[in-house]
Amino acid sequence: MGAIGQALSLIVGGDAALGEIVALSLQVSGIALFFATVVGIPLGALMGLTRFAGRRLVIALLYTGMGFPPVVVGLFVYLMLSRSGPLGGLHSSLVPPLFTPAAMILAQTIISFPLVAGFTMAAVMGLDPQLREQIRALGADRWQTTWTLLHEARVGVIVSVIDGFGSIISEVGAVMLVGGNIEHRTRVLTTAIVLETRKGNFDLAVALGVILLGLSFLANLAMLRLQGKAFD
Amino acid sequence: MAEPIYELRGVTKVYDGKTVLDLDELRVEPGEVLALVGPSGAGKSTLLRLLNFLEPPSSGRIRFQGRDFAPGDEVPLALRRRVTTVFQRSILLNRGVWDNVRFGLTLRGKRDSVEEVESALEQVGLGDLRQRRARTLSGGEQQRVALARALVLHPDVLLLDEPTANLDPYNVGLIEGVVRRLHSEEGTTIVVVTHNVFQAKRLAHRVGLILEGRLVEMADTESFFEAPRDPRTRSFVRGEMVY
Repeated sequence: MGAIGQALSLIVGGDAALGEIVALSLQVSGIALFFATVVGIPLGALMGLTRFAGRRLVIALLYTGMGFPPVVVGLFVYLMLSRSGPLGGLHSSLVPPLFTPAAMILAQTIISFPLVAGFTMAAVMGLDPQLREQIRALGADRWQTTWTLLHEARVGVIVSVIDGFGSIISEVGAVMLVGGNIEHRTRVLTTAIVLETRKGNFDLAVALGVILLGLSFLANLAMLRLQGKAFD
Repeated sequence: MAEPIYELRGVTKVYDGKTVLDLDELRVEPGEVLALVGPSGAGKSTLLRLLNFLEPPSSGRIRFQGRDFAPGDEVPLALRRRVTTVFQRSILLNRGVWDNVRFGLTLRGKRDSVEEVESALEQVGLGDLRQRRARTLSGGEQQRVALARALVLHPDVLLLDEPTANLDPYNVGLIEGVVRRLHSEEGTTIVVVTHNVFQAKRLAHRVGLILEGRLVEMADTESFFEAPRDPRTRSFVRGEMVY
């Protein structure tokens, strides 16, 4: 109970360092989730609703991406962004430098968009195949049809976003590699937990873990609220 | 004679190398009730999909309201929206009854549609169930919602694909009554596909028999049933096997 008590006192006490870490965690994972959703839902809908040459290959890649170890994604992004890497070597302002929140966002976007796309695809493909035809027969154009099908599959689509969020807010390998766990700059909840555990501050580490769980729970609750009665 | 609302010439539909529909000619007159009968798998539903422009024919031409469409021609949305279908197994949206009926109007950007939705629901006798979630309704009620979501659009052509198969007599009677009223009050052209010859007899002005993707015979209802020209029609209306 010491840990939970400490967690509560940290939260209630408005610990500045903790606030910073929580804010950065939410910021990095939130922005990454935004990009993952913007890319993943249309991609999932496309994969689920159309047939084109190479579709199976893309699906195989997507499934691989869904199970990709975050630390490997981190390594990949690290190599890409490092000064001697193909992207880092461009010295472009569009390429985020290593050990910045932007690099962490990039890595987490790569981790989460296959999950969003894959589960969205599965949700859309799980709809009755005749539904699409009936929606079109009522006069829907292509976009209206796609939108309506996504709306009908909304429970699955929401789950895809929730899962995408869960995969990155709790992820440590990639943010550690490309972020570097730099105090006041790139330290997030998961990397802070690793650090505090290594330092032997178990109570603080557990407290951070409790906060992470709580945040995750609140975020999911908020997303369910967005959908209102979808789960009835 | 007025120009037909549909005129099909040399229309075929091929799936995976198999010809499921092969029609030399088919005309649908404006304001008529045309029934297409035939065993399942004869190509009747495929024909309705072509008439609703849900997919293009493999070859041939479909003339609709004075405009010709060949395979690959884009059918303008506004024209496609003059037609709708009630399917054998209607799949309602996972929303309330009211939103299901309003759906087609929403697609057309009509927001102020309370009276139209109300009237369509009343016509199918579901005024009391407007608040219910559509998927909690019985099969007959769901099919009536499907009819209401078509009625509310006031289409020029209503296509019915076995609309009352697997329904109890009460719902069959109710749905047929609504279709009849739609035809007499709004002059809607109706094409109904059915394997039930009695339904064809009750509803249609003209009846056509489709077998193996081909139109065997098309005649006004009385001569189709009383004096069929083709021996296959004769055995079909008598309820005998045709093959």
